[in-house]
Amino acid sequence: MTTSTVTPYRSELTAGRDSFGRLLRAEWTKFRTVRGWIVGVFIAALVTVGIAMLDHSSCGNDDNGVASACSSPIGPDGEAVTDSYAITQQPMTGNGTITARVTSLAGGLVGSGGAGTGAPVDWAKAGILIAPNFDQGSAYAAMMVTGDHGVRMQYNYIHDTPGLAGSVSAASPRWLRLTRSGDTITGYESTDGTTWTEVGTADLPGLPATVRAGMFATSPSTSIAGSSSLGGSSGGGAAMQATGTFDHISVQSQSPVSTWSPALVGGGPSGKTTTYPQPGQSNAFQQSGGTFTVTGSGDISPAGNGTPVERTLFGVLGAVIAVIVVAAMFATAEYRRGLIRVTLVANPRRGRVLAAKALVAGAVGFAAGLVGACVALPLGEQLLRSDGNFILPVGGITVARILLGTGLLVAVTAVLATALGALVRSSAAAITIGIVAIVLPYLLATLNLPTNAADWLMRATPAAAFSIQQTVMQYPQVDGSYTIGNGYFPLAPWAGFAVLCGYTAVLLALAAARLQKQDA
Amino acid sequence: MRTLHAEWTKLRTVPGTVRMLLGVVALTAALGVIADAAAQCPSGECSVDPARTSLTGIYLGQAVVVVLAVLAISGEYANGMIRTTFIAVPRRIGVLAAKAVVVTGAVLAAGVPAVLVSMLAGRLILPGHGFTAAHGSPSLSAGDAAMLRAAVGSVLYLGLIALLSLGIAAAVREPAAATGLVLGLLYLIPILIGIVGDATWRRHIEQIAPMMAGLDVEATTGLNSMPLGPWQGLGVLAAWAAGALVAGGLQLRLRDV
Repeated sequence: MTTSTVTPYRSELTAGRDSFGRLLRAEWTKFRTVRGWIVGVFIAALVTVGIAMLDHSSCGNDDNGVASACSSPIGPDGEAVTDSYAITQQPMTGNGTITARVTSLAGGLVGSGGAGTGAPVDWAKAGILIAPNFDQGSAYAAMMVTGDHGVRMQYNYIHDTPGLAGSVSAASPRWLRLTRSGDTITGYESTDGTTWTEVGTADLPGLPATVRAGMFATSPSTSIAGSSSLGGSSGGGAAMQATGTFDHISVQSQSPVSTWSPALVGGGPSGKTTTYPQPGQSNAFQQSGGTFTVTGSGDISPAGNGTPVERTLFGVLGAVIAVIVVAAMFATAEYRRGLIRVTLVANPRRGRVLAAKALVAGAVGFAAGLVGACVALPLGEQLLRSDGNFILPVGGITVARILLGTGLLVAVTAVLATALGALVRSSAAAITIGIVAIVLPYLLATLNLPTNAADWLMRATPAAAFSIQQTVMQYPQVDGSYTIGNGYFPLAPWAGFAVLCGYTAVLLALAAARLQKQDA
Repeated sequence: MRTLHAEWTKLRTVPGTVRMLLGVVALTAALGVIADAAAQCPSGECSVDPARTSLTGIYLGQAVVVVLAVLAISGEYANGMIRTTFIAVPRRIGVLAAKAVVVTGAVLAAGVPAVLVSMLAGRLILPGHGFTAAHGSPSLSAGDAAMLRAAVGSVLYLGLIALLSLGIAAAVREPAAATGLVLGLLYLIPILIGIVGDATWRRHIEQIAPMMAGLDVEATTGLNSMPLGPWQGLGVLAAWAAGALVAGGLQLRLRDV
């Protein structure tokens, strides 16, 4: 008998090296060769741009609850500010000191006539102020009493230092003093005019030799905190005025002047929450003997009226949905066709397969998000401007952060959807969980939920990551409508993004565990 | 009738169905309770509708309904079962109709306890948070016509969402695309409406957006300021569902499986 030996087949191709790079390339090939997924990625980028182009809100036509204004003064630090108040002032040359005693701060509705006698709003202000000129947005330093926040020293809009607490009255007056020495202005307070306490100092570089010093009063509107129906919140409330009563006024400078003259800063309505006393009819300034009364309305604060630039990136929500669909399919399609078995035979280290998939999905998501944002932002900005809107100015670093952040937001969303797909192995379920986790909380938060519930949603759910797009600032010295609908998130930008990353990491770990332990 | 029975058997024996129906009830009720607990009406006129608040869970529950309805048809396309189905029942429209009846019936059956529990929770919790007749808030009792409308309407809303999803899934086939499309249609429009500046346009969108219009049926307060009447709103959603079913039916007839 002859025995025939069969030589086993050997491929003549050289074996590929087992490297993560090759695995990555294999996953990328799988992704790019499915036409529907590439189309989905393009849709994600296009939706971002398309929705930015739908935005046609014109300035003044603010029926949306979202603040839009045609212009806003710009402060010394480049941010939009509110700057309108009434002041009784005189020039002060060289180094000098202005001192005044405040005996009352009263409030009232604008147009109610006469000096207000009612309670002032919390951030109604009356005090003394030094400024180079009275152009809106100019530098300044001020010592003031407020409706409910005690004595404050504020300068250049964003800086706020607390002094003595408690409200002012004839029985417990507040003495205020500002001393100029070169470019530095120091604020003092006192309850009796003899013992003085320093509250703070302000550096106002480039202060001219002759500045203006005087007593001012102003009051923001009553704020109605609370959200309204979808997409926005009701803005400010009634316009209010504040009346400050001053005496024991003294100004020491190189060339003292004895006359005082009134001035109204911010001559006309430019924002929806700001109303001004009409120069002719208001009692902006009254003098009897050594006692001055100043009545003003508006605010000196770092909250300008305008459209935040991140509004142009609203469409990223659409991109998020598209990317969730694509990434979940990318992860689950192999299970449906059985390709996963081939994949795992070729790469028995299953954790690395998942890592490669997540990396490819993340990279694709990042590209879609970044490209969409980079096109949508300038385009949307131009459209808003051409409708006459005033875009709140932001620095270059902030713009880079929101563009890059949008890319990262979409990227991590894609990784999250990939992990969900590998975990539940059903595309419909993975997509629904993903959308419910990221988009639904955002929707619920802009609904009629009370602010604390909305804040909680935006802290605890993956939707917190949308805070990466926030450019508007929340200032403790401004009572605003800080709601999600108005673009204010409870978490700082990167902290919110970290919440999404945390969820994604947990889901990836769970998906890896299931892939390791269970048959494919 | 046999088609109906076949579809019922399929739906009943697919392992996920019961879990998903229980999920509709649990998620709807849970989110409703959370919304009730968070709602406040401290003084004056309540700005919040108590019925809408107790039924907040519908926002979440409907997502499960979408998955259930989409998988009822796309699932068959995914695993090839659809060929067997169409060989057994060559009248494809009949299959879609049977699926519609069975899925909607199951969703309605889950919707009743979901809405009942939500409304009951609202009735127990909300008066303690200031939602009383003194604050101009209607009471959550079954005797109140508006509350009854909100309850019945919400159950029907879930049924119509099932029909809409079924129609879109029949038209698109791919379960992932169908799910993304339906959820995008439902969730995205109400958020994006925030950037539409023109009030007239916003009103029009609120009138035709399937979720916004459909959920108008839950309203018990501020009916005058709504862009649509409660039943009209549900009618808009019904029109969407009918449109989706027609599109799905056409796709079934005209395309190979």
